[in-house]
Amino acid sequence: MATIPIREESSGVPNPFAGVDFGQLERSLRRPRTLMDFALNLVTTLLTLIALVPLFSVVLLLLWRGGRRLGIVVFTSLPPAPLEPGGGFGNAIVGTLVIVGMATLFSVPFGLLTSVYLAQSNTKVAEGVRFCAKVLTGFPSILAGVFAYGVIVLATGGFSSVAGAVALSVLMLPTIILTSEDAIRMVPSRMREAALGMGATQTQTVWMVLLPTAMPGILTGVMLAVARAAGETAPLIFTALFSNYWLWEHGKANLMQPTASLAVLIYNFAGMPFKNQVELAWAAALVLVLMVLTANLIGQSLSSKQVQQ
Amino acid sequence: MSSSALPNTGPTNGHPAHFVQVKHEDVVVDCNIRELYYGAFKAVRDTRVPIKKNSITAFIGPSGCGKSTVLRCLNRMNDLVRGFRFEGHVRYRGRDIYDATIDPVAVRRFIGMVFQQPNPFATSIFNNVAFGLRLNGFKGDKAAKVEKALRGAALWDEVKDKLTKSGLSLSGGQQQRLCIARAIATEPEVLLMDEPCSALDPIATRKIEELMLELRQKFTIAIVTHNLQQAQRVADYTGFLYVDTTQGGRTGYLVEFNESKPLFDDPRHPHTQQYIRGEFS
Repeated sequence: MATIPIREESSGVPNPFAGVDFGQLERSLRRPRTLMDFALNLVTTLLTLIALVPLFSVVLLLLWRGGRRLGIVVFTSLPPAPLEPGGGFGNAIVGTLVIVGMATLFSVPFGLLTSVYLAQSNTKVAEGVRFCAKVLTGFPSILAGVFAYGVIVLATGGFSSVAGAVALSVLMLPTIILTSEDAIRMVPSRMREAALGMGATQTQTVWMVLLPTAMPGILTGVMLAVARAAGETAPLIFTALFSNYWLWEHGKANLMQPTASLAVLIYNFAGMPFKNQVELAWAAALVLVLMVLTANLIGQSLSSKQVQQ
Repeated sequence: MSSSALPNTGPTNGHPAHFVQVKHEDVVVDCNIRELYYGAFKAVRDTRVPIKKNSITAFIGPSGCGKSTVLRCLNRMNDLVRGFRFEGHVRYRGRDIYDATIDPVAVRRFIGMVFQQPNPFATSIFNNVAFGLRLNGFKGDKAAKVEKALRGAALWDEVKDKLTKSGLSLSGGQQQRLCIARAIATEPEVLLMDEPCSALDPIATRKIEELMLELRQKFTIAIVTHNLQQAQRVADYTGFLYVDTTQGGRTGYLVEFNESKPLFDDPRHPHTQQYIRGEFS
């Protein structure tokens, strides 16, 4: 047992710590609650590691199977025909970026304004809207595709990237609404009061204080929604379908034609009996995962900024 | 100025309340709260306070007596509270600010507020001060106005080299002076301060108090404070509010209103005497 010098006995002042057993201060697994604490720490660490196994095995498998075909050529060339060697999925990458980009453009204005409304009012209407948004987060993505098929594809007479974007924006909307509402509600009410106390109108308070302060949280929500939408396959099969060609012809982009996307390319190629196509599907899967991961990381770094405030 | 105590007809536990009269032309805000409710809860009754131009008026009283509620009445910040109802009037420059034709947003432009917790926005020091200017679409030289406000709040020398730094990077006392700078940048006529020093250390508190005495020359100030010494040091007039528990609830009302010196040296009402002697809080 370590001894801790407290005070010179010769000073004449009685030692106030006399009779205290300082061994109590040392860490010992013989005490039941210390042992319990140690054991539970061990269990949580172990379970966390087990939970990470599937995640890392997927990423490793992708790196191993998909990494082999990854090179400049897959980004610049079109999907190959059966039995044709080489090729890539450049058009699918562009298609995914365009479709998800348009979906973001559609869903962010609606989602953001809805979240401002929800964060500012406590009416029955707001409760209803919030409930619907929560239900929509669990909305089967294939139904979003059917919805866009009915509303856009049938109305415009063909599959198109716009239809795909509408389908994805339906899926993105609830995520954006709910995370943005949370972010706006997290803005300390004293900042809201400060603005109102200065004679700001409701609109000025929202534009000049609430939204700028909540922006990191809102962007996190948008990036999460983007990450989810980029990986969706089912809604795109009904709407954007697929294409073996670039989105543009003779220097002109056409958004109203069937458009390739990474998710649908993986779906198509993975089931083919040709080695080349299967390999490309693995490479495309790796690219898609990296894109989603990037979106998630950006979202994460933005949300950690909000915590600092 | 007459400081004769006028008897009040309101029920104040057997003792008449004592109010000093302020010359009418000097009154910027005439606050007369007959009854004030939050939902079914009656928070304040029978409180009439005249707030005199270029003076500091303090509200003191035990916790829960409605000091802050009264203060927040003066620029309609209570409108933000659900279930708020109000009988009486608050006249600013002769107009009742609770009149249906009055825009509360415009009222707050002229009757500014500084809160208990320093509440700068999560943006730069400059933008914090320029906030009110932007709200009102100010087109002139923002930098000059910001400097003037920061000098007015005795903060300029401390922040002039870091105007682009976040307002949240300042110390608590500096943040509060930043909030004061933000409030005075638009040159309101009245400044309401809700316990502006209660979150600050004694040195920062002294700075804010000195600042208040300086600001008094340009602005009219009403302050809520828990600190009796603070009211004695800075306030020209003091109102003492107390809680009436006889009718079931906890309803605050004004017991005594006077110039600060006579109120602290020679309180007329027994409740005031007890409170100032520290016999209850």
